[in-house]
Amino acid sequence: IYFFNRNLPLLSLLDLGTPVNISYFWNFGSLLGLFCGVQIFSGVLLSMHYQNSIEMAFFSVNLSIQNEVFLGWFFHNVHSSGASFFFVFLYCHLFRGLYYGGFNQINIWMSGVTILLFSMALAFLGYVLPWGQMSFWGATVITNLFSAIPYVGEDVVHVLWGGYGVAGPTLNRFFSLHFLVPFLMVMVAFFHVFIFLHVKGSSNPLGGPINQFLKIEFFPYFVVKDFFGIYLIFFVFFYFCLLNPRLLLDSENFIEANSLVTPVHIQPEWYFLSSYAILRSIPNKFGGVVALAFSVLFFYFFPFFFQNLYNNSFFNNNNVKFYFWFWLSSAIVLCYVGASPVEYPWVSIGIVFTFFYFSGFFFLLF
Amino acid sequence: SRWLQLGRRAALAAGALGAGSGAALYLSTPAFATELTLHSSHLPWSHNGWFSSLDAASVRRGYFVFKQVCAACHSMKFIAYRHLVGVCLTEEEAKAEAAEIQVQDGPDETGQMFERPGKLSDFFPNPYPNVEAAKAANGGAAPPDLSFIVAARHGGADYLFHLLTGYMDPPAGRLVGEGLYYNPYFPGGAIAMAQALYNEIIEYEDGTPATQSQLAKDVATFLTFTSEMEHDDRKRIALKVLPWTLVLVACSWFAKRHVFTYLKSRKIAYKNRPPRKFYT
Repeated sequence: IYFFNRNLPLLSLLDLGTPVNISYFWNFGSLLGLFCGVQIFSGVLLSMHYQNSIEMAFFSVNLSIQNEVFLGWFFHNVHSSGASFFFVFLYCHLFRGLYYGGFNQINIWMSGVTILLFSMALAFLGYVLPWGQMSFWGATVITNLFSAIPYVGEDVVHVLWGGYGVAGPTLNRFFSLHFLVPFLMVMVAFFHVFIFLHVKGSSNPLGGPINQFLKIEFFPYFVVKDFFGIYLIFFVFFYFCLLNPRLLLDSENFIEANSLVTPVHIQPEWYFLSSYAILRSIPNKFGGVVALAFSVLFFYFFPFFFQNLYNNSFFNNNNVKFYFWFWLSSAIVLCYVGASPVEYPWVSIGIVFTFFYFSGFFFLLF
Repeated sequence: SRWLQLGRRAALAAGALGAGSGAALYLSTPAFATELTLHSSHLPWSHNGWFSSLDAASVRRGYFVFKQVCAACHSMKFIAYRHLVGVCLTEEEAKAEAAEIQVQDGPDETGQMFERPGKLSDFFPNPYPNVEAAKAANGGAAPPDLSFIVAARHGGADYLFHLLTGYMDPPAGRLVGEGLYYNPYFPGGAIAMAQALYNEIIEYEDGTPATQSQLAKDVATFLTFTSEMEHDDRKRIALKVLPWTLVLVACSWFAKRHVFTYLKSRKIAYKNRPPRKFYT
């Protein structure tokens, strides 16, 4: 009953008790919320000018929005840079949770991983929309993965495509889904923050019992700290939007999609590179798909295997810390492998580091 | 005191081992022919700076290079004559340029399609009616559309400049197929386009000497403009936004530190006295 009395969302932003010692790693949550709003706002503006037929998609994005709509280029850059920033924050938020034992709050953890999956699906769907070469071929590669499902795979893929290949119906439904999923994600995020998190409030870097009494009001302390983080990120964000928008984009996506011409290097955006490397490292198609799925889904299993007494990693033995960094560094190497062609030595490096990626998880079980 | 803790020594050793094996692995990699593409060096374009605009005179010259040299084979279907107004052409000049082309329009009242001179709203003409005609006329390789070419190629304007000026005889032993020309900057080394820019192939109206590098520079600047028409607006807005965000960062940093002064200046002191009892 106390839960419902004091847990009104806006009120909790003001006087929910927050541990006094939370570091700047705790800023990523509010940054994620802000950038979710930024993406939805810029996305809705873009969707007013976007045409989702294969004849007009490239034209509407690269000419109509970019050149003819007032500030269209700005919101286009905001939306595409915002997606990259959203993933930076997602990963930092996730690594903070892994390192400081946030997976002990099962509700928060599960809803958080669900948000991660929604975001990955959303980013994939969104990248197809400009209908450039990389959009088309990335869509072809990833939707073809579903054909690895035994017995029903081919039919599932045909339903997904709306035909026998990535074509007009595919683009159409991807746009509809890309418009719908953010709202589902916002609902899950609402639960993640306002229903699940605000039961016990934030954890802290030391973890454990200190959490319960060394607390201060959220306003003004963490409001002002969040604003500082937001403005700092805005500086970097506007640098990307206004001065260097092409840095994170693939130049191949400025060529109209052509089903007869395959790009030399098909690669997804940077945030998918480690998963892509894992997918390519397993020689078997079904095995690769399973590995890819498991590389993200294994986050769901964390709460059941790593019950910590102290609700954090600080008091754990050094093996856990070592394996966290071991896993993280193998993920970073895999990002680089994912961007490389499938040649010697990247094939071997990819296989070795995929093994390292999963081994950290399996070693921590024992 | 110990120089380094055992764990850190172990980490250092592992890092050195990793770096060494990485270097050995990298150096032992065989080189593939596709990797022998010459990477274009970074050129000091006048529009490279954070707050530098495109050279409008260069864009204008580049448009005329495009029109007189490149438009014979390359389309630019996303650029219309009105896009050039206020950037490198006046409205009358743009109308005159547009009027030079014939555009199919219609149908008229009798249901017939007809040809009319171009208007500002028309897009640049495609020299070939379809992709197959383009391929047939160019040895099997259709000339790509140049509207977004600077964005669509790794290396952008640097790559374009080097490609256009980089035609040379192939090294001894390097065979280039029939109908192809050697260009070390092109992936694979053999490009189907013959060298298009030579000294003095066109004459600039403003009297600039039309050397090959000048032609390449101007056309690359023009193509940078078409790939990124928001270039000048973008940088002008950056000039306004970024310093303002820095001010916001400074103010919010001060505000944060100000608000936290009490908390950050607290001290935990231990007083050696027996614990208080709370039970009644």
